[in-house]
Amino acid sequence: MSTTLAYPPPSSGAPPRNYLNASYLVRSWLLTRDHKRIAILYLFSVTFFFLIGSAGAVLMRIALMSPNGGFLQTETYNKLFTMHGVMMIFFFLIPAVPASLGNFLVPLMVGARDLAFPRLNLLSWYLFILGGGMVLAAMATGGVDTGWTFYTPYSSVYSNTNVIVTILGVFVAGFSSILTGLNFVVTIHAMRAPGLNWMRLPLFIWSTYATSIIIILGTPVVAITLSLVAIERAFHLGIFDPARGGDPILFQHLFWFYSHPAVYIMVLPAMGVVSEIIAVFSRKRIFGYSAIAFSSVAIAVIGFLVWGHHMFVAGESAYVGVVFSGLSFVVGIPSAVKVFNWTATLYKGSISGQTPMLYALGFIGLFTIGGLTGLFLATLGIDVHVHDTYFVIAHFHYIMVGGTVMAFMGGLHYWWPKMTGRLYPETWGKVSAIIVFLGFNLTFFPQFFLGYLGMPRRYHYYPPEFTALNVMSSAGASILGVGYLLPLCYLLWSLKFGAKAPANPWGAPGLEWKTASPPPTENFDVTPVVTEEAYTFHLDQEAQ
Amino acid sequence: MSHGNSPERLAKDDGGHAHQFDDASQQRNAAILGMWTFLCTEVLFFGAVFVAYTVYRYRYPHAFYLGATRLKFWYGAVNTAVLLCSSLTMALAVHAAAAGRRRSTVRFLIFTMILGVTFLCIKALEYHAEWEDGLVPHYHFNAAQFTAPPGPSQIVPAPDYAANVELFFCFYFIMTGLHALHMVVGIGIMAILVAMALRGRFSARYYTPVEVSGLYWHFVDIVWVFLFPLLYLLIQFD
Amino acid sequence: MTNHIVPVKTYLRVFAALMVLLAATIICAKLQFGVHGFAIGTTLAFAIAFIKAVLIVLYFMHVRYSPRIVWIVALAGFFWLGILFALTLCDYLSRSRFEGAFGY
Repeated sequence: MSTTLAYPPPSSGAPPRNYLNASYLVRSWLLTRDHKRIAILYLFSVTFFFLIGSAGAVLMRIALMSPNGGFLQTETYNKLFTMHGVMMIFFFLIPAVPASLGNFLVPLMVGARDLAFPRLNLLSWYLFILGGGMVLAAMATGGVDTGWTFYTPYSSVYSNTNVIVTILGVFVAGFSSILTGLNFVVTIHAMRAPGLNWMRLPLFIWSTYATSIIIILGTPVVAITLSLVAIERAFHLGIFDPARGGDPILFQHLFWFYSHPAVYIMVLPAMGVVSEIIAVFSRKRIFGYSAIAFSSVAIAVIGFLVWGHHMFVAGESAYVGVVFSGLSFVVGIPSAVKVFNWTATLYKGSISGQTPMLYALGFIGLFTIGGLTGLFLATLGIDVHVHDTYFVIAHFHYIMVGGTVMAFMGGLHYWWPKMTGRLYPETWGKVSAIIVFLGFNLTFFPQFFLGYLGMPRRYHYYPPEFTALNVMSSAGASILGVGYLLPLCYLLWSLKFGAKAPANPWGAPGLEWKTASPPPTENFDVTPVVTEEAYTFHLDQEAQ
Repeated sequence: MSHGNSPERLAKDDGGHAHQFDDASQQRNAAILGMWTFLCTEVLFFGAVFVAYTVYRYRYPHAFYLGATRLKFWYGAVNTAVLLCSSLTMALAVHAAAAGRRRSTVRFLIFTMILGVTFLCIKALEYHAEWEDGLVPHYHFNAAQFTAPPGPSQIVPAPDYAANVELFFCFYFIMTGLHALHMVVGIGIMAILVAMALRGRFSARYYTPVEVSGLYWHFVDIVWVFLFPLLYLLIQFD
Repeated sequence: MTNHIVPVKTYLRVFAALMVLLAATIICAKLQFGVHGFAIGTTLAFAIAFIKAVLIVLYFMHVRYSPRIVWIVALAGFFWLGILFALTLCDYLSRSRFEGAFGY
């Protein structure tokens, strides 16, 4: 992609106008239509919700250090794991990469001035805040103890907690998510720069596109399903209540139809980030571009065919269990394709170990472990043994934390210069990445053993023979916490004291690096014309 | 859809376009694609309830059959005709807008609104009748009128036959209620379009909001086209 | 997307077809179909509804004159709904009828 720098330096000594200093009024932020500002608003919001969800996790891990569970009452513990799940899934993992990095990068990467519907974009952020506020209000006034899965009839009939308000908050957040996905799909289809055909798009765009498809097709189902639970609760109906002819398994079918693809909403954008980072920090064209691109779409499609693997022991028919099990094996294949292609990209690449690359490499290893243990769970016989144990918890945390959160951190560091115009302190970055990696494994690897040995999930007390593994896990959690707090500190520090970033500190190809750091509000003075593939490294494109 | 009240946007040669688009054509394409994407979400939103209904209809066929016999079939049939007419008037409104005929556009939009309100009135009459007959779950449900037929009549022998009929009515009210809610929103959108049309905001070159709202209205009609046989049709039960 | 103006006559013809199909739906409701009435009647009623929907989508919603991407988006929603239907019913239909209240 050969274009001149889209934003010429100013003639005077004043700092150039960019999207951050365009106006300092609060109103200009709260009523912005600039996708970059909305991305920053989302970035702060998801960080806030991440901290709240982490607080729940901290309290849980403290409680789990002793087997008799005396630190917390049972009801409190139930409310904590519910809050942790709801906050982390709906208010951090699902929006984190798409709504912060995606909102910032999608128009830049396709060469557009903004997303297709900027006002819908702002609306989606407000809905996100509204939904989060409703859930926080529910938490503050007594909490919810149903688990983030809201299984009926406990959630619809028997629980005495703030189920309806929480569900409404999740519903509103889901609508926010749909608007984001809708915006991305239309932008990627209708607003690509001249010459930017599908096979020249960055892989981050492919994965964001696949994610958006999942959001659009899946979220409405969970929205109406949870609404039915709220309606049942509010109007004393018996839709999912077995005592009145309802079927709890029907709820689970409808719930997991979204909630399984939701995990791909969480991981696909992360994979897109990893593709970008691996290519740039190996200074090599990504291996198997079309394989990675199509595997994103394959994951999105096949991911909708496997939801029954959450219900193997819930009471679904054994025959459909076999079908879902087989399909769950199939869905692992495109993910494996990505891992192989990333590894092949590294081979004979010129690898540099800066912070984003450390996170990306960590992703590959940890995601692989998480993905392989998913195959254990997809196997009917094994699942009978480990369902609802800590094995499942370890599996999905390897993917969500070892995968998505690491990729989010990697992407945050990689695009931090572009978004803020500042460089973060590289040594602290590396140190934090290593602390996160070590802390994460100490936290979650013991949980595989705990689950296999039989410790059930969502319990705050356990047989004393599990104490050592639990203490290890809690110790790991404290290290992991340090690993997350450090970037919070030094990234904020860099906003004021970090070195000023050039337009292209990594020497990366890609349209977003062709404009200043931070970009001007209009992104590009002139719509760029694309003439090359996505990951073409030129000799003159060294890091500045 | 175009933004703001700038003079160049008011029914001029190009029709104007928002800053993020390269031209008016790209803007129109984006708006249509955006509405279709939103309608995709609505297909799954309604569709999930259809799936739930289907599962229960499969389980409790006789109870659901009996429930359907208590619905006002002819109200439903007339309502179907009303909605199909409203789809025609909406299509004609879009057609008039595309031809730049402002008064025709307003006229057809108002017809569409009238037909939509007619639908809702008939629905309200139905709901009232169902309340009178003791068919409203939990709040006014006369279970005594539903006694189980002799012999095996269900896929699954249910503990409480009347509860299964009540389940039918849960779905009836939820599905028609959700549909009615979408109708109300649609009528509100029509009102806004009428106001915009009267202020001269549309022209032959720019009528995208009308077009896009038309898509929404037709979709709401399609939902009813499937709801009517699903809920009302007394398919003989063997 | 070119601005294809659909002639009014087309709309009127589609409308007439829709009303005929509505009449067919009503007749279908009142007929007796014999031994397998439930299956035949249900299939017929939904086939008619499906044709109505297709007519509305193609002509009133202009999909007939729209580019391929609109066709894909229009179909995708229904196809995905089909996935939800198919696999959920796979569960219920493959349960034994002689087991307990919820089939297991």
